[in-house]
Amino acid sequence: MKNPLDSICGTIIAGLVLTVVLYVFLKNFIVVGV
Amino acid sequence: MDMLPGIFRWLHIVAGVAWIGLLYYFNLVQAPAMAAAAADKEGPGGAGISKYVAPRALLWFRWAAVATWVMGAALLGSGFKDAFALQNGYEGIGIGAWLGTIMLFNVWVLIWPNQKKILGIVAASDDEKAKARRVAFLASRTNVMLSIPMLFFMANGLSHRALIGL
Repeated sequence: MKNPLDSICGTIIAGLVLTVVLYVFLKNFIVVGV
Repeated sequence: MDMLPGIFRWLHIVAGVAWIGLLYYFNLVQAPAMAAAAADKEGPGGAGISKYVAPRALLWFRWAAVATWVMGAALLGSGFKDAFALQNGYEGIGIGAWLGTIMLFNVWVLIWPNQKKILGIVAASDDEKAKARRVAFLASRTNVMLSIPMLFFMANGLSHRALIGL
């Protein structure tokens, strides 16, 4: 499988996916317990 | 002094623009330009960029990274611990702070030492240079990827956290 970081498009898509993952993680597992 | 947090915020943004601006320059302009120069056998090559542009760009890049982190830490002030512990309203900005810290680590521990080998600032064999090129490239691309959520959480994570439901 090709490394997504080898292309600019793959890097940006990976960054957007990571943004969503971190947001969901924060909203459901960190902030919810406050 | 009441103005200090405002001054820290201003300098954090100025240094951050320099850091991330140069990061995007490396990834969107310089790396593809060097690849094109290497492929163009009739052209002038990329030696001028390696000799005159890259060292200067890397100097401003790595120290802007330090200035950004230090000004960010100063801006967090008494909230520094809460941010890195992801608690007490600092959860969002804390994610941004962690991502920025990982990016600073990548700059000084992975990108700069390998760039020194690539640019001939320290001695390295051809095999070591080839490996250094790949490590520096992937660390730099990782920072571009991390910059996307980092900027989302920096921009919205503290004063504007209600806008993103935090």
